[in-house]
Amino acid sequence: MNAVTQTRDNQTPARHEPALWPPVDVAEDPTGITLYADLPGVPRDKLNLRVDGDTLAIEAELALAVPQGMEASHAEVNLARYRRAFTLSKELDADKVSAELSQGVLRVRIPKAPHAQPRKIAVNVG
Amino acid sequence: MYRSLFSRDLFAEMDRLQREMQQALDQSPTIRGYARGGYPALNIGGTPTSVEVYAFAPGLDPAAIDVNLDRGVLTLAGERKQDLPEADEKITLHANERFSGRFRRVVSLPEDIDPNAVNANYRDGVLHISIQRRASAQPRRIEVQ
Repeated sequence: MNAVTQTRDNQTPARHEPALWPPVDVAEDPTGITLYADLPGVPRDKLNLRVDGDTLAIEAELALAVPQGMEASHAEVNLARYRRAFTLSKELDADKVSAELSQGVLRVRIPKAPHAQPRKIAVNVG
Repeated sequence: MYRSLFSRDLFAEMDRLQREMQQALDQSPTIRGYARGGYPALNIGGTPTSVEVYAFAPGLDPAAIDVNLDRGVLTLAGERKQDLPEADEKITLHANERFSGRFRRVVSLPEDIDPNAVNANYRDGVLHISIQRRASAQPRRIEVQ
């Protein structure tokens, strides 16, 4: 399991290049949101996970060990880049995003801000 | 008109279109097809000395992947567990696009492979299987006496 450092730089992503759209699972519980994304072939140093304002952006590059002189005869994965972005809503705490990448699966945890966590509201009888 | 343009499942429709386009590009598919869009996705390539198969199978336990080579037919099988928790009154699932469940993919390999020289490696969620071609089948330069 590798921890992924989150950056907030102004690096412009290569948006013009075609990229694969990784499948994701997203689950929400009372304290936050967990996102899983399939990024097979991506080593940790080729993953760029960014929070920019209210956008969570996943950008990653594939790095396969390909023998010299290999000619592809069949390719279902025909691009070497993944890209997908999500808009975060206000109650999510973008400063506390944590992530790990393990065997091609990215897991991102976005907690809710404490004030946004559910509280039981007592109803007073007047 | 409107309904036929925007079918109920736009993404399934796009998948179908993509498959049809790919099929038009693959002039001579083998009898086993290479069904696209399955899990794991496969890339296959070759060098003069080997055949290379890449299976994009993220999130598996390498020990639980069943790789079989029988009479030139390579079979990959296994099961991928769901990472998501069960939905209950506290958990809402907003997206569930990743594959889970049992999988099996079958590939016919060229005839000149050596079934005893197979190497399988799992790294970053990609299973890379390298199969050497038989030395006798490799092109040789013939000396003229």
